[in-house]
Amino acid sequence: MARFLVRRILQGVLVMWLVTIAAFGLFFIDPNGPDDIARRIGGKAATPQLLHRIIENYGLRQPLYKQYWHFLYGTPHRAGLLRGGLGTDYYFQIPVTHILRDAAPITFSLALGASILWLLIGLASGILSAVRPRSFLDRFFTTIALFFYSMPTFVLGLLLLLVFYFEFTTKLHLAWFPAAGYVDFTKNPLQWAHHLILPWITLAVVSAAAYTRLARSSMLDVLGEDYIRTARAKGLSERRVVLRHGLRAALTPIVTQFGIDVAVLIGGAVVTEQVFSLQGLGYNAVQAIQNQDLPVILGIVIVASLAVVVANIVVDIIYAVLDPRVRLT
Amino acid sequence: MTIGNVGGAAELDLVSGLPPVEEAPEAAKVIQGRGPWRLAFERLRRDRASVISAVVILLIIICAAAAPVFATITGHGVNQQFRLIGEQSNGFPTGPFGKFPLGADDQGRDVLVRLAYGARVSLLVGVVTSALTVAIGAVMGLMAGYLGRTVDSIIGRIIDVTLSIPFLLFAVALASVEGGGSVTLVVIVLALFGWSSVARIVRGQVLSIKEREYIEAARSLGAGSWRIMFIDIFPNVIAQVIVYASLLIPLSIVSEATLSYLGVGVQPPTADWGAMISAAQQGGLYQVAWWYLVFPSLALLITTLAFNIFGDGVRDAFDPRADRLFV
Repeated sequence: MARFLVRRILQGVLVMWLVTIAAFGLFFIDPNGPDDIARRIGGKAATPQLLHRIIENYGLRQPLYKQYWHFLYGTPHRAGLLRGGLGTDYYFQIPVTHILRDAAPITFSLALGASILWLLIGLASGILSAVRPRSFLDRFFTTIALFFYSMPTFVLGLLLLLVFYFEFTTKLHLAWFPAAGYVDFTKNPLQWAHHLILPWITLAVVSAAAYTRLARSSMLDVLGEDYIRTARAKGLSERRVVLRHGLRAALTPIVTQFGIDVAVLIGGAVVTEQVFSLQGLGYNAVQAIQNQDLPVILGIVIVASLAVVVANIVVDIIYAVLDPRVRLT
Repeated sequence: MTIGNVGGAAELDLVSGLPPVEEAPEAAKVIQGRGPWRLAFERLRRDRASVISAVVILLIIICAAAAPVFATITGHGVNQQFRLIGEQSNGFPTGPFGKFPLGADDQGRDVLVRLAYGARVSLLVGVVTSALTVAIGAVMGLMAGYLGRTVDSIIGRIIDVTLSIPFLLFAVALASVEGGGSVTLVVIVLALFGWSSVARIVRGQVLSIKEREYIEAARSLGAGSWRIMFIDIFPNVIAQVIVYASLLIPLSIVSEATLSYLGVGVQPPTADWGAMISAAQQGGLYQVAWWYLVFPSLALLITTLAFNIFGDGVRDAFDPRADRLFV
C-alpha cells in the first residue's frame, strides 16, 4: 500500500510537471517576443511602465530555461509555483491567490451539491433499470437519460431560468427561485441552498444521464456473475443481493468516472457558473479572458489540473477499499 | 427482408450447382456472402430509431445547405438588420410567426435565417473535428500500441496530461491566447483535447491484434512497422473508430456551441447557435424575447439528439452483443 501510494504520487507529480510545461509553453513562448507576453500578463489596462516592470520581474528577456525556472521557483521579487505564488492580477491589482480564495468556496459548493444529487439520481435510476432490464421503467430511464445526455448544460440552465425564475415570478407570481447570486454558507445555510438549487439541478441532471447508463451496464454485468447466483441460492433477500453484493462490485467504474468529473468541476464549472452568474473559478477564468488577464487564467488552470491529479490518486485508493480483488502494489 | 439476390434465373444455385427451379422460389435465393460492413449496414437499416434520426440529420444538412434559400424567401439577409420592422414600438425585438417566422433578434435580424446559417458552423465543426480527432487518436494509438516501449510511455504520459487538464478551461485559455475566433481554431482546440480517448481505445485493440500470427507473418515477409500498422492492423480497428467518430460528432457540436456561448468560439457577426443563445442571455433579453433563446436551443438539442441516437445505432450495428448506449 505504502509503495503504491509513493509510486502513484510520484506519477502525479510527473503529470503536474508536464502540465506546467504545457502551460508555460502556451503562455510564455510567443514568436512576437517578450512585449506581447508582457501585454498578456499585464491585462488590457496595462501601462508601458507596468509592461516594463513585468518584463523585468518575469525575466522575459532571459533564455527560456531560466524563464521556466522563474515560473516554477520564482525570482527574488515574486514567488513561483513551487512556493505557492501565482502572480499578481495586474488588472485588479490583487494577488491571484486572493481571487482563487474568494472563488473556490462558490465552485466547491456548486460541485458538492450537484455531485451528490447526480450520483443519487444516476445510481438509483441505473440500478432500477438493471434489476429489470427491458422493462418499462428501464426504457423510461434510458430515454430520459438520452434526452439529457444530448442537452448542452447552458441550454438546460437557461431554459430552467426562463421557466422557473422568469415565468414563475412574472406570470404566476411565485418567486420560488432566484435568478443569480451566491450567499455564503456560513452566513445563511438556507439561503445558500436556495440560491444554488437551480445550478445544482442543471449540473446534476446533465451529468446524471451518463451515470444512469454507466450504473446500468456495470450493474447488469455484475448481476450476471456466479457469486450473485450463489448469494441468491443462499436465500438472501433480493434487496440484499442487489445492494450489498451487487452494488459494491458495480461501483468501481462509477467511482472512476465520479472522481474525474468532480475534479473537473472543482476546476471550475465554467458553463454553469456563467449561466447563473456564480463567481466561482470558472466564472473568473472567463472574466479574466475578457480582461486579457493571463495570471488569473494560468492560476486557475494549474489549480484545476492539480484537482484532477489528486482526484485520480484518491480514486485509486477508494478502488482498493471497495473492491478487495484490487491489490495495490 | 430479402436475403441476397432473388430470382436471378440465369445464375446457378451455388448449393446444388443446378439451375434454379422456377416453381420453388426459395431455392432461387442465391446464398451470398455478406461482409461485416454489409451486415452492419443492414442492421442499421432495420433499426427504426436510427433511420428516423438519419432522416432528421439529413433534414438539418439540407437546411444548412439551403440557408441562402431561407434568406431569399424571407428576403432577410443573414446579417441584415431591420431596425424598423425588427423592433416593436417599445424597442423589443419582433416576435415570431409574423414577418419573421421565428422572430427577430436584438439587432433586428431574422432568427430563422440565422439558425439555418448557424447549422453550417455546427455541422462543419462537428464533422471536421470528429474526423481530425479520430485521425490523430488512431495514429497515436497505433504507434503506442504497436511500437510499445518508449513510444508507448511517452504517448501514455501525453494522454495523462491531456486528461488531467480541464478541457473547457484550457480551451478557453488557448482561444484567448490565440485571439479567439475562427472555425479552424475551434476545430484544432477540440481535436487537441479529444484525441486521447480514441488513442486509448485503439491502443488497447492494437495490443491484442499485434500478437496475431498474420502480423508475425507480415513481419517475416519483411514488412516495415509503418506498413504493418497502417495496412495490416488499421483495417481491423476501423469499425470501432467509426463508432467512436459517430458519437464524437454530437459531442463536438455541443463543445463548439459551448465555446461560442462563452465568447471564445466563432466570433460575431457569424451566425452561430451558441453565440445566439449567449446573446439571448445578455441583459436578460430572453425575458422579453423567449424565441431568441428557445429556437436556437431547440435546434441544438434536436441536432445532438439525432446524432446521439444515430451514433448509438451505428455502435449497435457494428457490435450487436455490446450493451447499447441507450435502448
